[in-house]
Amino acid sequence: MNLLEINNLYKSFGGLGAVINFNILIQSQELIGLIGPNGAGKTTVFNLITGVYKPDKGQIIFNGKNIAGMAPYNICKKGVARTFQNIRLFKDLSVIDNVKIAFHKDVSYSLASTIIRLPAFFQGEKNIEEKALEYLRIFKLDTKRDEIASNLPYGEQRRLEIARALATQPTMLILDEPAAGMNPQETRELMELIKWIRQDFNLSILLIEHDMSLVMGVCERIYVLDYGQLIAEGLPEEIRNNKKVIEAYLGEEVGKC
Amino acid sequence: MQEKKNKSWLSFLLEVIVLVALFTLVQYALTVGLINQSYQINLVTMCINIILAVSLNLINGFTGQLSLGHAGFMAVGAYVSVILTNFMEMPFIIGILGGCIAAGIAGFIIGVPTLRLKGDYLAIATLAFGEIIRVVLQNIDYVNGPAGIVGITKLTSWPWLYWTAIITILVIVNLMNSSYGRAIISIREDEVASELMGINTTKYKVLAFIIGAMFAGLAGVMYAHYFYIIKPDTFSFLRSFDMVVMVVLGGLGSTTGAVIAAIFITFLTFGLQKYAAMRMVIYSLILIIVMIYRPQGLMGSKELSRKTFSRIWSGKK
Repeated sequence: MNLLEINNLYKSFGGLGAVINFNILIQSQELIGLIGPNGAGKTTVFNLITGVYKPDKGQIIFNGKNIAGMAPYNICKKGVARTFQNIRLFKDLSVIDNVKIAFHKDVSYSLASTIIRLPAFFQGEKNIEEKALEYLRIFKLDTKRDEIASNLPYGEQRRLEIARALATQPTMLILDEPAAGMNPQETRELMELIKWIRQDFNLSILLIEHDMSLVMGVCERIYVLDYGQLIAEGLPEEIRNNKKVIEAYLGEEVGKC
Repeated sequence: MQEKKNKSWLSFLLEVIVLVALFTLVQYALTVGLINQSYQINLVTMCINIILAVSLNLINGFTGQLSLGHAGFMAVGAYVSVILTNFMEMPFIIGILGGCIAAGIAGFIIGVPTLRLKGDYLAIATLAFGEIIRVVLQNIDYVNGPAGIVGITKLTSWPWLYWTAIITILVIVNLMNSSYGRAIISIREDEVASELMGINTTKYKVLAFIIGAMFAGLAGVMYAHYFYIIKPDTFSFLRSFDMVVMVVLGGLGSTTGAVIAAIFITFLTFGLQKYAAMRMVIYSLILIIVMIYRPQGLMGSKELSRKTFSRIWSGKK
């Protein structure tokens, strides 16, 4: 089944085309990589899918519905969750509260029962607490539940961000440079984690990454962007040997003889 | 589990006892005549300031939306309630409800267009709206324009003041310690991330604004029915700044801090009345010193709660 289908997506900033006629097709439970040199428009694509930007033209069909131009919180409710290139946790809140916020979209008690503290409130809070702890346990963060998020080491902040995104119960997870700032050992662990998440949570993953070992290691198919345009797509092996891709990264060969 | 439940009931009971005891103590002192006129005014101002600071803290501290128009909502509450109680001769409770609802509606009307602005722009817009309310009131003949309404029946009494202040604190504390409260705080922390976590940030910003405005209206009702006279100038932007000072001094995002700062500022203003000339100088100096040595405010974003007490208790053991 097609989970995400993007047709002729176009977005320009002040006349400069950031994403030009972008197409992508993702099946459910696929693990897809989106790569390209700096400034190629990868993060813009993510921002368009998640609703941070409104596309100028084109369709984004998720689960059979066009979500182009919808508000981010509605897109999240439809089942798209993401992480950010530069971690965006709720810094001054505790680890567990970060995850709890992700459950707010289907909060079970009303505002009135919150203020007068009806039994529905306590029941709902208990459920949220249990579910949040479960996610923390999965990501081995349960021992740090009451720590302030910004005090966590970098790698754990990344994990917490993924845990928070997964807590919204998405069918598609979008990771923006998950390995940025990680050492090779951490990157290897992350690869395992990503594969495992896809298996265990039954979802598709779309990721941007500059670390080629990670991209080639986990992605089933890869899309390559350059100057806002799709220049290649295919299996990792094909991409590795694609002339256009090599040119985009390393520049053209000079003085062909 | 059962033991834990018993314990929480016990502490709940203890809290109620403390609250009622405090109330009775002051009530007794008032009836016996231990508290003289000027101290009484001080007491009233303190309760009103607590309501204002705690409600503004919901908007400025928790939601992170700098609003400078709180006095405007206070004015709406005050005027509407006086119209209801004095002009239409309805009971006080109707005046209170009417004042709160009217201020809430004003909050909604002002909140929807302004809350799409951020930071300084929002501050200026709310400041302007607060002033608009004042100028509109100045030009309505029904409420005597700039001269204001004189001869308001004194209906505000210690029980009303005390319990409305307690209700304000309770409602906001309960709201903040819930999923709704976390959604509101997440807006302050990172609006983009919050929106992407499925939270309709506009909705919660407006919600916080309406609740804050309603309680500002409540403070206005209490004020009008104690001080005998209300004029549009009573609710100028200077009053809004006073409230912002309390919130910042107490610590943005701490209800405890807002309460402490409201009490502190009330007593400070009261204590400095004798030195009329030096009053504002000392006042400003104290603020500057606090901001240099404790920029996060007296409490930061910490709260005094059952948890704190139980920690102190177990620490002593």
